[in-house]
Amino acid sequence: MRNLIDIMELSTDELRELVERAMDIIENPAKYAESCHGKKLATLFFEPSTRTRLSFEAAMYELGGNVIGFSEANSSSAAKGESVADTVRTVGCYADIIAMRHPKEGAPLVATRTAGVPVVNAGDGGHNHPTQTLADLLTIYREKGGFENLTIGLCGDLKFGRTVHSLICAMSRYAGVRFVLISPEELKVPRYLISDILEPKNIPYEEVTSLEDAMPKLDVLYMTRVQRERFFNEADYIRLKDTYILTPEKLRTAKKDLAILHPLPRVNEISVAVDDDPRACYFKQVLNGKYMRMALILKLLEVEV
Amino acid sequence: MIIGQIKDGIVLDHITAGRGMDIYRILGLGELDCTVAMIKNADSAKKGKKDIIKVGKVIDLDFDVLGYIDPGITVNIIENGKLAKREHLSLPTTVKDIIRCKNPRCITSTEQELRHEFRLVNAERKIYRCIYCESEAPTL
Repeated sequence: MRNLIDIMELSTDELRELVERAMDIIENPAKYAESCHGKKLATLFFEPSTRTRLSFEAAMYELGGNVIGFSEANSSSAAKGESVADTVRTVGCYADIIAMRHPKEGAPLVATRTAGVPVVNAGDGGHNHPTQTLADLLTIYREKGGFENLTIGLCGDLKFGRTVHSLICAMSRYAGVRFVLISPEELKVPRYLISDILEPKNIPYEEVTSLEDAMPKLDVLYMTRVQRERFFNEADYIRLKDTYILTPEKLRTAKKDLAILHPLPRVNEISVAVDDDPRACYFKQVLNGKYMRMALILKLLEVEV
Repeated sequence: MIIGQIKDGIVLDHITAGRGMDIYRILGLGELDCTVAMIKNADSAKKGKKDIIKVGKVIDLDFDVLGYIDPGITVNIIENGKLAKREHLSLPTTVKDIIRCKNPRCITSTEQELRHEFRLVNAERKIYRCIYCESEAPTL
């Protein structure tokens, strides 16, 4: 039985298979419409989410399956003090697969020990969010035609942005990839990503503070939100939240085929005026996320189509 | 200084100079009722200076704990005045409940029954990370 807790648990061959499966789902949706008939997905969301939970649920419905679950900790036994291990052990009796979001880092890993069914990490605090990375990867694949020889700019909150960490890990496995890490001093990527991932593989990277300076060299620009919920200190959040705002003016020096990604929700870091730019891919990314979650559910449930 | 040989017991040799008291404390050697000798800054051909601990009976030792604290230690088990066994320690690949994760966002901060487990990710720089949140282990 397989789980997905960290994107790095998937080999590059498996990622390729998931992308190919997602592309087949896009081209032949009817073929998959009943592929999970009789199966149940439990969405256990101990922390608020719109996109990820609905994406998982839409994915399961489009595969012909059913969905149970809760969307906040207060409506589960966690509010009574039940442990994660006990909650998922119970849910594992009802569901065939679990998608779990939890504010505490490592909670989905704990869940894998007692669930008895596959567990997918749908975001654990500021740590990992592998299915967002699957959405990011399919978007990059569809927009750029592959994963190799790309210069990827990551901009904003690179410290607490779990999607950033997972994307760096995933993309670091492809040849010719370079990273431009654009953030204020206080929100730089954790050092372990540099020392454990980028440096050992001799992957070119630069850490800069100016989005404008970095713009002309980028093939992909991954914008992120400064997340209020990751700060213990409100004053720090207020000071840093407006550091980077992407506008049409800032895109003037960008490549014509730049792909602009954002895990959403955005607050104000991408001006609404950018939405009509053909290089804006963040709403395509949402749709791609659903397709990749469908492909992942099929893989983890070992459904043959 | 002369410290007598032991008949049955353990000699922890090649302890990094200055770490002997830490090991004495962490292993709880002060609680033992047998002879325990702690030698600081002994001459060492290999390391220049070293600490040595002699314990006057054979006790259970957690080699993972010792290896994590000081992987250069040699453990000599003495039986009937003779060397019965010698163990050269190394960094353990995982350590459980030796150190605690300090990350307030880690699941170990709320699920009290979870063991605090760290995995070796870089032996050269002796870096361990929490298996749950990947925070770097605090120094002991």
